[in-house]
Amino acid sequence: MAGTTITPTRMMLKQLKGRLKTARRGHKLMKDKRDELMRQFMDIVRRNKELRERVEQGLTQAYSALQVASAIMSPEMLEQALLYPRQSVELDMQFKNIMSVNVPLYSFHTRNNDPSEIYPYGFAQTSGELDDALAALAKVFEDMLELAQVEKTMQLLAEEIEKTRRRVNALEYVMIPELESNIKYISMKLEENENSTKVRLLKVKEMVLQNAHDFK
Amino acid sequence: MGFTALGLEAYPVADSAEARTVLRALTHEREDVAIIYIEEDIASGIMSQIDKFKDSVTPAIILIPGREGSLGMGLSALNAAVERAIGTNILENN
Repeated sequence: MAGTTITPTRMMLKQLKGRLKTARRGHKLMKDKRDELMRQFMDIVRRNKELRERVEQGLTQAYSALQVASAIMSPEMLEQALLYPRQSVELDMQFKNIMSVNVPLYSFHTRNNDPSEIYPYGFAQTSGELDDALAALAKVFEDMLELAQVEKTMQLLAEEIEKTRRRVNALEYVMIPELESNIKYISMKLEENENSTKVRLLKVKEMVLQNAHDFK
Repeated sequence: MGFTALGLEAYPVADSAEARTVLRALTHEREDVAIIYIEEDIASGIMSQIDKFKDSVTPAIILIPGREGSLGMGLSALNAAVERAIGTNILENN
């Protein structure tokens, strides 16, 4: 505020005016960034919600299918059937830049392209319910992957929005008003100095004239 | 779990304490872990550890419902993120 030590000089005034201009421009940019981030964020939140509901539903179904399978087969058989996986998943991660926030993009590819590779057992000794359960699980996994991507994006965006929002507010409610009041303070002080100089000069002139004309 | 059949790595844990050590091992000692799925009932005990990874790009820790069905923690995490970004929860009424 104006109470802090700022020297009321023209130089300082010029400096402050420059800073105010930068702050105003920064504020505008930040505000635009915040608005755009917010828009993207809302899209992602909606997508996240949708995906999460789908994943939760899908998983519940897959679990219950697995439950049925484990009821039909003996636990040892089930364990043995699933003991050694034939399929393995590799996950590729790339980055996408949303308003200077790096968000992950996942893509996965399986080592074996044959979709039946998710069944790591012979079909003779296992029940068909287990196949159904694994098929359901494989289906929900694609959604799970997208959910991971969307959810991480959402978290990262949320952090960035929080930061940007704070900066916008700091500029709008602290920096800019402070600079404005400082500028006002300096220009008033300068005007005051100018006035007093003028008055002093008038006074001196009067005295000089007095001395010159009414010299006794 | 069945997820192993799909080619994922599974780490069966019995309780939150065990989950804590496993999670620590996965996040500190390995760098090739991108996504961790964790069941909600296990996750509820180690939320503080999970929250630490919210702002880092990897790993993404995603809550999934356990066998007993959804506890709604995933959706509440979503609401928390919205609240954090916007300041108030604007999703509540729809």
